[in-house]
Amino acid sequence: MLRFTLSRVGQTLAVLFTVSVIVFAMMRMIPGDPALMLLGDDFTQEAYQRLRAKLGLDQGIVTQYVLWLRSVLEGDLGDSLLLHERVSRLVLDAFVPTLWLVVASLVVGVLIAVPSGILAAMRKDGPWDWGSMGFAILVYSMPSFWKGIVLIWVFSVWLGWFPAMGYVDPLARPGEFLWRMVLPAITLGTFFSGLVARIIRSSLLEVLDQDYIKAARAKGVRQGALVYRHALSNALIPVVTVIGLQFGTLLGGAVLTETVFSIPGLGRLTVNAILSRDYSVVQGAILVAVASIVVVNLLVDLTYAFLNPKIRVT
Amino acid sequence: MTVRPDDLPAADVVLDVRDLTVEFLTEEGRVRAVDEVSFQVRRGEVVGLVGESGAGKSLTSEAILRLIRCPPGRLSGQVWFRGRDLLRLSEAELATIRGGEIAMIFQNPGGSLNPVFRVGDQIVEALQLHRPEPRRTLRERTLDILGRVGIPSAAARARDYPHQFSGGMAQRAMIGMGIACVPTLLIADEPTTALDVTIQAQVLALIRRLCRETGVAVLLVSHDLGVISQMCHRVLVMYAGRIVEAASIQRIFHAPAHPYTQALVACLPGAGDRQRLGAIPGTMPGLRALPSGCRFHPRCRLAEARCATEEPRLSRLDDGHLAACHLAGR
Amino acid sequence: MTDHAGPEGLALPAAAATRAEPAGAAGEALRWWRRFARNRGALFGLGVFLAVLVMAVFAPVLAPHDPVAQGVGKPLAGPSLSHWAGTDSFGRDIVSRIVYGARIALVVGILAVLLALVIGVTLGLVAGYYGGVVDAVIMRVMDGLFAFPIIILAIGMMAIVGFGVGNLIVAVAVGFIAPFARVTRGDVLAVKEEPYVEAARLAGVGSLAVMFRHVLPNVMAPVIVQGALRVSGAIITEAGLSFLGLGPPPPTPVWGSMIAEGRNFIVMAPHVSTLPGIALMVTIVGLNLLGDGLRDALDPRLRRGA
Repeated sequence: MLRFTLSRVGQTLAVLFTVSVIVFAMMRMIPGDPALMLLGDDFTQEAYQRLRAKLGLDQGIVTQYVLWLRSVLEGDLGDSLLLHERVSRLVLDAFVPTLWLVVASLVVGVLIAVPSGILAAMRKDGPWDWGSMGFAILVYSMPSFWKGIVLIWVFSVWLGWFPAMGYVDPLARPGEFLWRMVLPAITLGTFFSGLVARIIRSSLLEVLDQDYIKAARAKGVRQGALVYRHALSNALIPVVTVIGLQFGTLLGGAVLTETVFSIPGLGRLTVNAILSRDYSVVQGAILVAVASIVVVNLLVDLTYAFLNPKIRVT
Repeated sequence: MTVRPDDLPAADVVLDVRDLTVEFLTEEGRVRAVDEVSFQVRRGEVVGLVGESGAGKSLTSEAILRLIRCPPGRLSGQVWFRGRDLLRLSEAELATIRGGEIAMIFQNPGGSLNPVFRVGDQIVEALQLHRPEPRRTLRERTLDILGRVGIPSAAARARDYPHQFSGGMAQRAMIGMGIACVPTLLIADEPTTALDVTIQAQVLALIRRLCRETGVAVLLVSHDLGVISQMCHRVLVMYAGRIVEAASIQRIFHAPAHPYTQALVACLPGAGDRQRLGAIPGTMPGLRALPSGCRFHPRCRLAEARCATEEPRLSRLDDGHLAACHLAGR
Repeated sequence: MTDHAGPEGLALPAAAATRAEPAGAAGEALRWWRRFARNRGALFGLGVFLAVLVMAVFAPVLAPHDPVAQGVGKPLAGPSLSHWAGTDSFGRDIVSRIVYGARIALVVGILAVLLALVIGVTLGLVAGYYGGVVDAVIMRVMDGLFAFPIIILAIGMMAIVGFGVGNLIVAVAVGFIAPFARVTRGDVLAVKEEPYVEAARLAGVGSLAVMFRHVLPNVMAPVIVQGALRVSGAIITEAGLSFLGLGPPPPTPVWGSMIAEGRNFIVMAPHVSTLPGIALMVTIVGLNLLGDGLRDALDPRLRRGA
């Protein structure tokens, strides 16, 4: 387990490094003088020269990268042109709503996928199986932003049950937070629940075929305990990994969902920034988003290793 | 077609299988994998069920505890155990018998243990289901059992996971789990097939010892006549879903009546004065393309015209010896 | 992997290296088709794809009105006999815009995937064939790319390249390079050890030629399947980008932007958003089913050689 952990952490650091290079390269490839771009309307000769020195624009590209990386690691992601704020502040403030959205969507998705996947496996080839798998494919193919709009139309405009937008601090006003989160969480959650339900179904079917299930039944274990204790404890292990790895997809989906529901998250921040050519914000937001995905992937891998006795105990 | 192999006092009979049939519904129609099989197992006796792969022996053993998924499977016939027909019991009633009065061990010992639970906990679970006691007591019993089946350092081993057990040790653990609740009958489906030859001998010796110590009856399924010869009092020979011969171990090896049994025995190394190993030409027929008349006749060296048209019934040759062959005893 | 194509690999002329079916005899293709046709979902998907293709190609003929002409109908009118899908806020006929929208969807979707395929397969080929440092470097970069959600990567690319249809294609393509590279590299590693590759090398054939003439045809099958599966993803990404306002500028009819425009009128004229969305969804479902069907039909063939 220790060796596994160390190797995975090493891999993660390598990927983080590569990601930082990619983000740096992306921003440097934008045509134009980087210092000019970053100053925008706040241009003064003095500020310009200072920024040029700070970015190391008169030195080699590798030095520029190192300088940039150093400031990032110190927490300095630059300043926003538009909002005249430190990018790090903006990004972290925007990250919180996005995280809440992703968590809420995960919860919704899992609540839908797990029972539906289990039932589909238990009643294989029955109407429930075909129905839920068909539903899963349908929901998975629906563009999330359109689904959000349709949900708004039905539940907000027509039925008036839920609001169409907004976000409040869940710690301050949990009730209202949940109420406003229902539609966005369903939009994003149903998307990945389709995928997860299919995987749970196939994982459970595979496990139910195994010899140890037959042996447990021969031991006298009843059907209920057989499925929920013996089978699921094995079948859900790979599923946990899949769910964890969806974090990246959900973050991508959040970009669109935030726009539909006017949630002040990272996605909306990035889109507005790119439309207004506020490049340091774009760079900071992408960096933080992708870095968090990489870290979450690491945590997912470690969780899997912990849950699987074959790796945990060698 | 119920020819009772022995007219025994009912008290001595532990398992009485009558016309057990296992059918499967496939795309091409109904297939009978086990065809009206009847036999008995007595208290303290080791009965061997032998045949080639695909003869239906494993299915027969699984059918007793109804471990076959139905549908697509379908069981018919009767399986009498302690005054009750197992095929007519509800799942709940059957669950109390499984692992309790009838235990079963399988071919793939490592794969028969749940990979995410500790081995000791799995034995505790077996005890919990049939002889519930405080957990601490059950843990002690588990260590006892592990010791009894010859697993050293039982305390440490109980905390291990199945993947840390070798094949032989895993099978010992399975045997331990099987006898934990002092069953009346132990069904062993190819228990040594997946093990090394040296380990095989140890595991078989263990089963023999336990049989002596506890008086448990054993139904031993194997394709290996050598294993059968070391373990069994009586032998049932299966071919293409039917029992073709039933006799004591001595009779099977010294005076087999059915040509198939004779051929099987002749295949054993050391049988007779052969320099080469014998072999039976051809292969067992698939269940969908059974030959007319006697199922073995295409491969039989004694086959006559009658054998191709009329299927022979299992008939009594003399005391305790039955065979299904028109030319039995030649 | 597909070693039944082994000996032919040597004899294939360079042009055949880019053909979709390695060593495809007519009988092979027919068998494949029958397997594919048994899957009703896949047939539906094929139907959808063909319908969208026809819509895109024959848009000028099929569309009842000029998609960018304003005021052909009363603005925000619901579906009626003269305008089957109603009109948008500028009085433009929505059906015509949906029909023309198929063009952008297909063009961007297919070209983006093709671009990603060409780049990704080349990278995977080089990485798998040369191994060592080249492999390590390329794969590290792919790992990095993999960490980006596709839409975030596309947004980043748009910052660099700017807006417009061509740039949209590039931006969407970038997200799909890594999967192609990985799949190709895996298969190349297997095929590399095959005897006919050895033979070509020993015969003195140059590395590049070995790579492209002998190795490539035998790894193409799963890549094609991957490609088909990814087109729907590319289309969804393009629609998402257009929805966010990063797509082709108005008045170009694009399904994503149409949905975005309609958002403001969801109360009084829901059809403006919902109907283009249905077109998008049906296309995606169809393409997904088509891709699944292709994969299932090709699978036994892929497994046979391994």
